[in-house]
Amino acid sequence: MILAADPLLVDGIDLTVVLIVLLKAGVAFALLLVAVMLVIWFERKLISDMQNRIGPALAGPWGILQTLADGIKLFFKEDLLPTRADRVVFRLAPYLSIIPAFVAFAIVPVGGDFSDGGDGTVSMFGRSTFLQVADPPVGVLFFLALSAVAVYGVMLAGWSSGSKYPLLGSVRASAQMISYEAALGLAIATVFLSSGSLSTHDIVVGQSATTWNVLATGIVPFGIFLIAGTAELNRPPFDLVEAEQELVGGFHTEYSSIRFALFFLSEFMNMITMSAIAVTLFLGGPAGPIVTQRVAWVWPLFWFFLKVMAFLFTFVWLRATLPRFRYDQLMDLGWKVLIPAALGWFLLIATLDVAADLGWPTIPVVIVGVLVLWGGASLLSGAVRKAQAERLEEADRGADETAGSASGLGEA
Amino acid sequence: MEVAVFIVSAVVVLSGALGVLLARNPVHAALFLVQTLFGVAVLFVLLDATFLAAVQVMVYAGAIVILFLFVIMLLGVDRADDLGIEPIAGQRPLAAVVGMSLAGLLATVLLVAVDGLTGAPAGTPIGDAGDNTRRLGEALFTDMVFAVELTAILLTVAVVGAVALARRLSGPMQPLPVVAIAEVDDDPDEATGDDS
Amino acid sequence: MIAALTTPYVAWWALVPLITFAVAGFLLLTVASLVRRLPAVLAPAWTAVAGLGVLLYLVPMWSRVGRDGADSFLAGTVGVDRSSIFVTGILAVAVIAAALISRDYLPREDLPGVELYVLLLMSAAGGVVMASANDLIVLFLGLEILSIAVYVLAALHLRRIESQEAALKYFLLGAFSSAFLLYGIALVYGATGSTNMVRISAFLAQNVLVDDAMLLAGLGLLLVGLGFKVAVVPFHAWTPDVYQGAPTPVVAWMAAGVKAAGFAALMRVFVLTLGTYVSDWRPAFQVIAAATVLAGAVVAVVQTDVKRMLAYSSIVHAGFILVGLQAATDRGNSSVLAYLAVYAFLTVGSFAVVTVVSGTGDASHGLDAYRGMGRRHPALAGVFTVLLLGQAGIPFTGGFVVKLGVLAAAVDGGAYWLAGVAMLAAAVAAFVYLRLLVAMYLEEVPSGTETSGAVPLGALVVAVASAVIVLVVGLVPGPLLDLARDAVPVLVAG
Repeated sequence: MILAADPLLVDGIDLTVVLIVLLKAGVAFALLLVAVMLVIWFERKLISDMQNRIGPALAGPWGILQTLADGIKLFFKEDLLPTRADRVVFRLAPYLSIIPAFVAFAIVPVGGDFSDGGDGTVSMFGRSTFLQVADPPVGVLFFLALSAVAVYGVMLAGWSSGSKYPLLGSVRASAQMISYEAALGLAIATVFLSSGSLSTHDIVVGQSATTWNVLATGIVPFGIFLIAGTAELNRPPFDLVEAEQELVGGFHTEYSSIRFALFFLSEFMNMITMSAIAVTLFLGGPAGPIVTQRVAWVWPLFWFFLKVMAFLFTFVWLRATLPRFRYDQLMDLGWKVLIPAALGWFLLIATLDVAADLGWPTIPVVIVGVLVLWGGASLLSGAVRKAQAERLEEADRGADETAGSASGLGEA
Repeated sequence: MEVAVFIVSAVVVLSGALGVLLARNPVHAALFLVQTLFGVAVLFVLLDATFLAAVQVMVYAGAIVILFLFVIMLLGVDRADDLGIEPIAGQRPLAAVVGMSLAGLLATVLLVAVDGLTGAPAGTPIGDAGDNTRRLGEALFTDMVFAVELTAILLTVAVVGAVALARRLSGPMQPLPVVAIAEVDDDPDEATGDDS
Repeated sequence: MIAALTTPYVAWWALVPLITFAVAGFLLLTVASLVRRLPAVLAPAWTAVAGLGVLLYLVPMWSRVGRDGADSFLAGTVGVDRSSIFVTGILAVAVIAAALISRDYLPREDLPGVELYVLLLMSAAGGVVMASANDLIVLFLGLEILSIAVYVLAALHLRRIESQEAALKYFLLGAFSSAFLLYGIALVYGATGSTNMVRISAFLAQNVLVDDAMLLAGLGLLLVGLGFKVAVVPFHAWTPDVYQGAPTPVVAWMAAGVKAAGFAALMRVFVLTLGTYVSDWRPAFQVIAAATVLAGAVVAVVQTDVKRMLAYSSIVHAGFILVGLQAATDRGNSSVLAYLAVYAFLTVGSFAVVTVVSGTGDASHGLDAYRGMGRRHPALAGVFTVLLLGQAGIPFTGGFVVKLGVLAAAVDGGAYWLAGVAMLAAAVAAFVYLRLLVAMYLEEVPSGTETSGAVPLGALVVAVASAVIVLVVGLVPGPLLDLARDAVPVLVAG
């Protein structure tokens, strides 16, 4: 049974190893909790700035302890359980939401020297190890699997509340998450193609040897990943899940107190994890110049968190800037644009790989590839247009037929 | 270690499977199914098939059961069914007999063949955990390439079928059948099944 | 970096039928999704041409296999031999017939769209895969392509609730049987270490299993799974309901195509792959065959709905084919193939007539609709008469020739009692067809039923052509029997 290629685990497992693993897990846990606290504050403060408000300012310096205050308040609130709720599932759902959020972070390499062919091992209590909690050989799939599981939290929370708004919110959420997971996965598949591995550690190593994947895969998958990732996180402009005007609060309407806090936490934690994964897959993870040799181990950590911050800023920026999508637009974007685009790009990159391998000339291959993609795209758009025209025609005819016949009640 | 993991995940798998059968509420049954699938994923990890484990969770737990839940929730059948009525008389005892005999058959197979279960030489192992993704990919492009290509047709058929069935026609529908009760029939569920 | 993979050898010439069906389906789908208001005749014509093309291509393929011998390719997962070509031919005929019948059926029922033809072509592709699979997984995939397409086809009469009901029943039972089949494949794999039929048969030929419980269990489950598809007793319960509810052209395809592919699969799996275990599975086959012919014939007699009647008669036919199959000899195999061929013509012809008689709404299937047909539609009634006599196995029709073939094969193998039972059942079943004939010729037209107008061309062509072929085979059986005799199924290592 091989769980990881970490050099720590290669030479058998003794007490030190166990302690190191526990330490890493504990640090990651604490780090995430603190980070979430700060990110919530960061988001509120940043949005206030963008909207010419002050934002939280009273708790602690610059209001930095605001989240803590909110947390304590939530903790002391009454824990409500709706009468029509499914008790077991209602209690289970928040944990299904937060545990994947925590666990997914385990595969992210947060530090270690990857420059000059370094493989990112650091020395810890005399053992060499990676600065990530685990490095399973199918690391990125592990992340995708967990993000698939995270859907359950949302879905079951809405269903078990026994109330219609949460149910609608959760059905929306899970439809959205499943739809965009496909685009997300296809974008990541391009990364596999250029890195030749599923392990996050190997992907980072591969990027430090050549170029970062954001360039190696030709930017498009990165863009798709960002969009699909935002949708996967249910963040604006894809936050239909909790559209207040339509659904009150979405799937967590009936939740209060600590359970609500768990959902809140997991939402932001997912945001951090998604940023960290994006950094790992596309931006070389902790790679970056080692500026001073004295505390060299700090620099990878610094670069890593700097890149993550950039993503977090983008997410907040998007929220402050963009209006919410309409639901059909959301689905159109996911199914008719992002998935075909990601798939087409994947095929193109694969073709180029094969061409390079077989020594075919690059430029004709690119031209033919682009032409084929263009042909596919025009076929798709032609079919979509034809279907739309047909539907409109059908609707007209239907309207003519039912005009006059009294029944105004559709099946809701 | 391996034995311990095996026992734990076996318990998880089996209790999940039992839960699927015994849960009154369809949503709970679906959740037990997820539990079973997770247990199976752990068994895959135990067998060094990490890729399969991840795909198992992604595809089954992440997509298929979600869709089950979707249907259950949207159709509003998420309440416990009244199982008191037996639509076809004698069906349940018969089902019990058939089910027991099938279970008995398989149990006999396992018990009779304790040490010579396969009789066949064990296949070559598919490589260590890091390598089995590659080996799987190679198998898909060499030995199993035809099966992979066929899957394309299969999926197209499924998509075409789904779209064709989801279509709503304008214009009149056929009237419902005028109940075929008078018909002499060998099939007992015909009389009760047509009242929709 | 791409590791140097040696990609398997592909005999493209042998894949042409499969590719033709699949690509024809894909192209039709693409065109239909881009062009509004396709001419109504395009899709059926396209489908029929694809079927005809395959049929014509099979001629050079047949002689090539005769010259070079059977072949196996794509890492030994697909094979080509004359039996698979023969079955492919039957499938092509069934596709053409179903397309021709549908040509007037869909406009009559005011059903838009080309899905019926697309799914028909795709399910034919699945059938071709089943007929030429050399690997249990490939066989399963072919079966699923075929079945899933047919489940949807059964529901395609979107204006009839019975059609949906039929599809649902078929789907549930079919999915259940697929699970049995998969379980069987898994157990056989466990027992023999391979899913490749060639390797399984080689393994079983060279080794004697100390403990074959697992193999036998797998074998039983395979039988259950495939038995559902070809509808033999006790796995037949879906047949009457599905035949009754599904759109009639689809039923023609179901009865002719699906059954041919299913029996081809049964032959490949049991006779070829598990031939060494023939003494274990033959008794089961014999019991099932006897039960099938008897139950089918007896229950058919009491039906009042013609589609149900024909459904039970198709069960009887399945039993007869099984009678030939259980012999597990060359003679048995060729009798099975000949039976499948003649049965395909009999059944598509019959259902073509049923389609015409059913009238708008595809609803009038009672015996009433047939009363007095001899006076209203003498030509159609005449054709139907030939087809019914063929189904009954009256001498000088193809039905007699092939029934004789399977019985001879059974007697050859020493299964006298089975041959006796089958003959008894044939006599009982003949009564069913006689009843229809009586209704057509000797009973009065019930008042109120109006004579329907002209008979649509497509269905007429199918009905007449099948009747002619059935007669010709009955009078000059030599060519068909020779073809069937030459169509030896073999498994070759790739």
